[in-house]
Amino acid sequence: MNSAPEVVCEALSRRFPNGVCALDKISFRVPSGGLTAIIGPSGCGKTTLLRIAARLDQSTEGQIRCVSRDGTPMLPRAGQLAVCFQEARLLPWRTALENVALPLELAGVDRAERRMRANRVIHAAGLDGAQQRMPAQLSGGMRMRVALARALVTQPSVLLLDEPCSSVDEFTRMQLDEEIRRLWQASGATTILVTHSVSEAVFLADTIIVMEHGRVHATHTVELPQGGRDRTSLAFSQEVEFIMRTLACAAGVARR
Amino acid sequence: MKGTLAAMRTITAPLVAVVLLLGCWQVAVMVADISPFLLPRPTVIAHSMWSNREVLFDATLSTATAALAGFALAALVGIIGGSVIAAVPVLRRSLYPLATILQMVPLVAVAPLLVIWLGFGLPTAIAASAVVAVFPVLASTIDGLRSVDPGLREVFLLAEAPPWTRWRKLDLPASIPAIVTGLRIAAGLAVIGAIVGEFVSGYGGSRAPLGIVVMTAMREARTELVFGAVALCAVVGFVLFGVVSTLGWLLLRRWHSSAQHELE
Repeated sequence: MNSAPEVVCEALSRRFPNGVCALDKISFRVPSGGLTAIIGPSGCGKTTLLRIAARLDQSTEGQIRCVSRDGTPMLPRAGQLAVCFQEARLLPWRTALENVALPLELAGVDRAERRMRANRVIHAAGLDGAQQRMPAQLSGGMRMRVALARALVTQPSVLLLDEPCSSVDEFTRMQLDEEIRRLWQASGATTILVTHSVSEAVFLADTIIVMEHGRVHATHTVELPQGGRDRTSLAFSQEVEFIMRTLACAAGVARR
Repeated sequence: MKGTLAAMRTITAPLVAVVLLLGCWQVAVMVADISPFLLPRPTVIAHSMWSNREVLFDATLSTATAALAGFALAALVGIIGGSVIAAVPVLRRSLYPLATILQMVPLVAVAPLLVIWLGFGLPTAIAASAVVAVFPVLASTIDGLRSVDPGLREVFLLAEAPPWTRWRKLDLPASIPAIVTGLRIAAGLAVIGAIVGEFVSGYGGSRAPLGIVVMTAMREARTELVFGAVALCAVVGFVLFGVVSTLGWLLLRRWHSSAQHELE
């Protein structure tokens, strides 16, 4: 039974002091345990949305909140909400293991337990053997895995992923996407994924929101089984094509 | 084995240069027939150092004590003060520019004031050393703390870490490269400050420090002893700088690029 909250975004707006409107009355909901991908051009407000959800930024109007299963609103405590940023953001003076264990350390979990829990997610993220390596000794893809493991180590019920694969090559991205899918499914966390990649969105998400100029341009439900999505199948390419067309319309470059 | 060989080569090159320079000095003084009052020969200086070894040993110990204590005080005040200034916005706006400007003030000129406050003796030498050495530490600590990656800050913000925890686990470790740079500059300055302090506070007796030995030898026209004492001042500076650099390297070697090629 999944106890992750539903994430509800209601008429959320964010206007910066310089007059730029990053978000313009955005509304959507991510069901408990679901994965919604937000896709759109650079500067469409995706990252601002995620930052407000993580409470690193504040909305000028509206709100984004978590509603638990029985309908009561909940404010996620530290550790219940985790963010994996675009960059790995690891502490360069700590080993991979110490980086992964950091959120537990800050939550006051004792040494033996945080070692055990960190090792468990490190194993799940495919990082066995890299525990004692420093971030500078890891490849870009490995660093992202460490960042992902760190986000998941507190077993969050809400997971925010901000273009986690934007800094790695296509090959590594596909491998990482498999990892993200496994880890997300195992965690049961309600997840928002911000991405540039259409195929990544189609591969991971139940729902894809296409954003443009701070508004929701289109919402699309991916009609593929969550278990065995195959990037090489016809159905997969059709989904990708559909989203591509939607993006082209949003960008005003669609030809009919 | 390879490491030892490389280390030996690192040490050999400057050593050969020093020996060559001393040799040139010796020959030049002999050939040009320069008065030993103006420029004594290295062999004469060495002989004088040997025959005054007891006085010079005690003097070196005294100066080293003053410089080390002054350096430690400067490090402590600089790192703690810098952290407080960097953490409190009002202080940062008011005191940070001041700290940068104060660095330009020739602080050795303050030394006579310290005699008024602390009297003649070791405390004045320590204080003079600390006053001169504190600003590079203060400035580099503030700089280091101000340039901590805001992205890493957010990681701690998300975990709702209290400010003290964030300082210990993020701000301080992230600033160590900058602080070490400041401490290395401070190590050299601490010795200068200590000697200036000794010049003005003039405490003598059996434990007269190098600053006093230099002054006394000058008045007695014993140029070779002045040179000997100056050489030992340099040794104190070298050792302090070396210790600080090594400690910095040990702290940073695992992760910071500045420490990766240090010993090549």
